[in-house]
Amino acid sequence: MAPRRAWLTHVLLILGVIAFALPIWIVLIGSTHDAATIGRGEVPLLPGGHALENYRTAWGAGAAATAGIGVGSMLWNSMLMAVLVAVGKITISFASAYAVVFFRFPGRMLAFWSIFITLMLPVEVRIFPTFKVVSDLGLVNTYAGLIIPLIASATATLLFRQFFMTIPDEFVEAAKMDGAGPLRFLWDVVLPLSRTNMAALFVILFVYGWNQYLWPLLVTTTADVETVVIGMVKMIGSEANTEWHIVMATCVLSLLPPVAVVVLMQRWFVKGLTETEK
Amino acid sequence: MERKTVFRGMTLPALLLLPQLAITIVFFFWPAGQAVWFAFLRQDAFGIRTSFVGFENFADLLADPLYLETAWNTLVFSVSVSALSLSAGLLLAVLADKQIRGAGAYRTLLIWPYAIAPAVAAVLWIFLFHPQVGLIGRALNAAGLDWDYRLNGGQAMLMVILASAWKQVSYNFIFFLAGLQSIPKSVLEAAAIDGARPVRRFWTIVFPLLSPTTFFLLVVNLVYAFFDTFGIIDALTKGGPAKSTETLIYRAYIDGRVNLDLGSSSAQSVILMLVVIALTAIQFRFIERRVHY
Amino acid sequence: MATLEVSGIRKSFGPTHVLHGIDLAVEDGEMIVIVGASGCGKSTLLRIVAGLETPSAGSIRIAGREVTALEPSERDIAMVFQNYALYPHMSVAQNMGYGLRIRGLPRPEVARRVREAAALLGIEALLERRPKQLSGGQRQRVAMGRAIVREPKLFLFDEPLSNLDAKLRVQMRAEIRRLQQRLGVTSLFVTHDQVEAMTLGDRLVVMHQGHAAQVATPMEIWAKPADTYVAGFIGSPAMNFLEGRLAEGGAAVELRAGPVIRFADGPRPGPDGLPLIIGIRPEHVILAADGLALALDLVEPLGSETVLHGSLADGEALVVKLAGMAPQDRTLWVALPPEMLHVFGREDGRRIEPLRAG
Repeated sequence: MAPRRAWLTHVLLILGVIAFALPIWIVLIGSTHDAATIGRGEVPLLPGGHALENYRTAWGAGAAATAGIGVGSMLWNSMLMAVLVAVGKITISFASAYAVVFFRFPGRMLAFWSIFITLMLPVEVRIFPTFKVVSDLGLVNTYAGLIIPLIASATATLLFRQFFMTIPDEFVEAAKMDGAGPLRFLWDVVLPLSRTNMAALFVILFVYGWNQYLWPLLVTTTADVETVVIGMVKMIGSEANTEWHIVMATCVLSLLPPVAVVVLMQRWFVKGLTETEK
Repeated sequence: MERKTVFRGMTLPALLLLPQLAITIVFFFWPAGQAVWFAFLRQDAFGIRTSFVGFENFADLLADPLYLETAWNTLVFSVSVSALSLSAGLLLAVLADKQIRGAGAYRTLLIWPYAIAPAVAAVLWIFLFHPQVGLIGRALNAAGLDWDYRLNGGQAMLMVILASAWKQVSYNFIFFLAGLQSIPKSVLEAAAIDGARPVRRFWTIVFPLLSPTTFFLLVVNLVYAFFDTFGIIDALTKGGPAKSTETLIYRAYIDGRVNLDLGSSSAQSVILMLVVIALTAIQFRFIERRVHY
Repeated sequence: MATLEVSGIRKSFGPTHVLHGIDLAVEDGEMIVIVGASGCGKSTLLRIVAGLETPSAGSIRIAGREVTALEPSERDIAMVFQNYALYPHMSVAQNMGYGLRIRGLPRPEVARRVREAAALLGIEALLERRPKQLSGGQRQRVAMGRAIVREPKLFLFDEPLSNLDAKLRVQMRAEIRRLQQRLGVTSLFVTHDQVEAMTLGDRLVVMHQGHAAQVATPMEIWAKPADTYVAGFIGSPAMNFLEGRLAEGGAAVELRAGPVIRFADGPRPGPDGLPLIIGIRPEHVILAADGLALALDLVEPLGSETVLHGSLADGEALVVKLAGMAPQDRTLWVALPPEMLHVFGREDGRRIEPLRAG
């Protein structure tokens, strides 16, 4: 490419990168200053000296609005939710896709379509009736109530189905010759071959679980099962006495895990994402 | 789309399907059915008596000027968010697809915002645009502009649109980049030999070839703007000031959760379901047509 | 070591009949090649023998044991697939030993058998590699090895050479034949390539539209094809077919192109005027100054021989293969030696044998 065009490209890309990095930078810096500095609205651009105490406070005690529940326990809840949603979805989707692809039985297409059609019902749309079911089952304010309704997903099932269709028939035939039954084939061949897809799905679903907002807002009313995203928004609920330095520290803490997962697993994630949803 | 060789048996596939089917039935079909059922019911003020009212809940909604205004707001909001985030995503993808130094680093730096939760994005934007503690918000006020999104409806709308679009750019970027990379180099080389200049090449070759991606993303972005932006709105403006940033999903939430009007909230859910079903149906028809090309 | 008996095998997929009753008896240690164009049912037949498809009717016996209702793994057979079907996440050794491990053989025994098979195939150095790191020919060998370690009663080959380039295919062909003869395992080999079929098989089954058109040794099939389909399928360039009618009380044929030729091997049954098809292979046509005029329209020089395409006076096409360089003329004068003619009925395409040996 001509150098004259190249620098323009670089400038535009750097502007794009800044547009995403700047807010994070401000929060990161803000989280190292004390409440007074931020309250005066000075918006520092260089780190201050209160990082350790801000994070310690956030981690252990949280803000006044969270009634003494620390971000540490919220992070644990978020982590639990994200991991269980991801692992749960992957497990049940893998199993159901395997059944639909590698067997032929009456009602197979009915089962597939009833899973498929749930694509059309995002959790937000059926939120109150779902909440009612969860509360009828006595699952409000439990991890089970928080996680299980989010676990059934057509997307993961579709991805696995699509991938299983690309496994050559000859593999199944060779397995039959070798005397491997369906479970053995699942374990010895399909599972190892699906590793990349699982990694990609894990990233997507971890982020999905971590970033849930409306559902946890409804299902959790006590602080002990509250996730960090909810907790943080609660902190800014009352404008007057918002402890901005704690909010900023919480914000950074709430960002780190999903960002780390995406960046570290970027290679599988991008491949998986574009293949899942197309 | 059928395998030639399959395993025999009924019990094992049934067991494998059971967990997902059970969850789907309990947490999808049952609530969806209830939503439809509740939409035709109305509770009295004390929550004691429930009566069947037919389409009254729907009729009330469609006769409610506030609901129609909210619908209009939602449309403006969704179209703006989609247009902004799609064009930004496309521009960045085209740039990052070029053979330049550091292309890989740029990609990583533009992909990671995917991980940001909508509600967290909102908090980040507060730190930028809050009239007292926000970097840009203070600068605007210092420059003599009367900036306070908490009081000014137009400013609030602008704010939620920008924050929502900002959050979705990296998603669009990832897909556009994948779409660009799947265009065969030979097609572009042929166009170059035909004498098309880069800009013309983009609009006559690349953009048409990207159209399936663009269409898919348009639907995804609309659905995102309809539903997933709940966290952004709740954290930034709570639908205010004076309902100026209230979207349909936010209103359904408020009516159900705060006003405890289950009938109306359910009717709203049903309307939203119809919107999603329509969008998905359009998408599938389009995808099917594409397959036949 | 075993025999294989296929009797009355029929197969339909819904209303489509793919196999119309196949009978075949394979001797112990014999290599049978099933050959035919795509869609003739040859792969279906192999898959039925393997147990991957269930026949609509008929039975399969391996070593005298009825196996029609058994699972593939219970039939004591091994199969080499067209795309090899090597598990990409397993090493060569793991791929080869997988079936043995499932059967519960102790590890040292599996390792010993894998080593032996690898030595036989010259792939000892590759045992720890993944399939992705192998060339096409090496993968082919591993696929063979996977079949060999099982020490099965029956080998099944499903077009195993079709993914190799031409040169490697010839080499692997010879190798498979040598190996099969050395191990003496009864084998069924499916291919669409007639040269592969001729060189590999003790006997061939030429399949056509779900029927076994002919089952015989390669030379029998070449010398006495049972019908016009087999005649046209085996041999390259393909046999010429000319129209004619029975004449002189069955002793001769009157070709549409003109000449009357007396059969060298005796008269054919049937009334004079019976419509016939006369086949003659391109390499059997000879030059003759007083013969038929052949107007040439294409000359293909192949170095050691030349293939000439032309048409006779009545417009019928005739291909001639001559040794050496091509003549430069536009018209060739050719004759059809009576002893080289194949006689078929025009109605059913079946070979018509002479009434008595001539």
